[in-house]
Amino acid sequence: MPDWNNVRADFPILHQQVNGKPLVYLDNGATSQKPRRVIDALVHYYERDNSNVHRGLHTLSMRATDAYEGARARVAKFINAADSAEVIFTRGTTESINLVARSWGHAHLKPGDVVLTTEFEHHSNLIPWQQAAKAAGATLKFVPLLGADGEGGLDLAALDTLLTPQVKLFAFTHISNTLGTINPVTELCRRARAVGAVTVIDAAQSVGHAPLDVRQIGCDFLAFSGHKMCGPTGIGVLYGRRALLDKLAPDETGGGIVVSVTYQDATWKPAPERFEAGTPNVAGAIGLAAACDYLDALGRDKIAAHDDTLVRVAMEKLSALPGIRIIGPRAGAERSGLVSFAFTGVHAHDVVTFADEDGIALRGGHHCNQPLMRKLGLTSTTRASFYLYNTVEEIDRLVASLQRILKFFGP
Amino acid sequence: MSDLADLYQQVILDHNRRPRNRGKLPTANRVAHGDNPSCGDQCSVYLRLDGDRIGDISFDGSGCAISQASASLMTTQLKGKTAAEAEKLFGEFRDIVTTGNAPEEISDIGAFAGVHAFPARIKCATLGWHAALNALKGDPVTATTETHKD
Repeated sequence: MPDWNNVRADFPILHQQVNGKPLVYLDNGATSQKPRRVIDALVHYYERDNSNVHRGLHTLSMRATDAYEGARARVAKFINAADSAEVIFTRGTTESINLVARSWGHAHLKPGDVVLTTEFEHHSNLIPWQQAAKAAGATLKFVPLLGADGEGGLDLAALDTLLTPQVKLFAFTHISNTLGTINPVTELCRRARAVGAVTVIDAAQSVGHAPLDVRQIGCDFLAFSGHKMCGPTGIGVLYGRRALLDKLAPDETGGGIVVSVTYQDATWKPAPERFEAGTPNVAGAIGLAAACDYLDALGRDKIAAHDDTLVRVAMEKLSALPGIRIIGPRAGAERSGLVSFAFTGVHAHDVVTFADEDGIALRGGHHCNQPLMRKLGLTSTTRASFYLYNTVEEIDRLVASLQRILKFFGP
Repeated sequence: MSDLADLYQQVILDHNRRPRNRGKLPTANRVAHGDNPSCGDQCSVYLRLDGDRIGDISFDGSGCAISQASASLMTTQLKGKTAAEAEKLFGEFRDIVTTGNAPEEISDIGAFAGVHAFPARIKCATLGWHAALNALKGDPVTATTETHKD
């Protein structure tokens, strides 16, 4: 196992005081911190190799192009894609999903078709499908979430009736950013395939936290962001099966994606260039590749085990607090490394403000999941989300801070 | 802790625990809703205008201690006021939460001076006020913290 205390030394940002206390960063579901290796990769690129890619014949341009395409190959290996051309660089998960919703949706969705998703998607895997369904006259349907606290996960029995041949696309999250629920993505893809539906997975919360293999999962598309997996902001990935990408028109057009252009028309390069109009985020891609190197050197299986240790401790200790309501899987059940909770009589924003005073970074709000909050009868929750550099001692500090908050607002 | 103690003054905690004028007002002839999309806080304000004066006022909704206490305290301050007086009082309240300076003679709303040290919470404190002013204007459009500067 890695020495997790040495891991903390890799992250410069962690070694600071916030409001006079050592920082406890528990907002990894929103964004992760960056190891020195990733920061150095960005600095090195800007200090040594910065140039535009794919267009230049000079040395720096060739270096930048090699590094950018090398990053694509690195990311392909990270998710075990069959071919680097299946990795499209985007701004992040949101742009990746929008790309599929617009390009694929425009080409394939017709009136009467069904787009299937779940009741606990992040807005970024909900609103693009609302838009695509509206534009095509298709219907949007939802696989229900089971349990008053969402503890039962996806209603897989309901999936039998919902997955009809009218379903043209099934979009679902791998890990819920709000509940911590881990969806059985391989099974969902298998069942979608049986009715001929295309699958889209939101892997924003999973790809940096556990091993992920797109071929083993059997998905058609998979989206994720660099910044939640130790990489830079502004870079993300859309993985798509080559056979599907080659038949898809670009959503955004411009330079870098064309073979031949006349005053009236243009023809497209193959994937991935077809989907990367304009100068791409070269530094971001290089930083993302450095993040892949960093995570794989530690071992994503070991990171998953570390997350699991932390979340089990957190579930046990948080469950003992008076008036707490934890949503998502029950204590002891499988869940990813995050816990969302609400207290009777103390609002999430007050919790977050108090915790910040203790140097603890939490997230309070609806977590871009308004329909789910409404379904669970909540307006907001507080979320603690863990990653490789968090420790059991930090969970103790969280619990002590929450106890102080409860005492302050108590009767 | 001192900033936090300033933020959560006793008067604010008291209004949060025992909100005044909470619930729908059956005799209301004006209503407006406010929401803060960044956090999901909601506040509805119900008014009964008698001529140009606020004859009665109530609120309901959900949100943090700051937003709920502010709305509660606001209802106690606005009863009997005209629209012009209400707007003037909101101006004073906004100055208090953005600058932290509360004149000595000012009423309980001075308790919100501590909000200025927490810029992210100013919207919480003003949510109910925006809904009330919209109700006074007869503007049924939802007041949202994303369209005004505080």
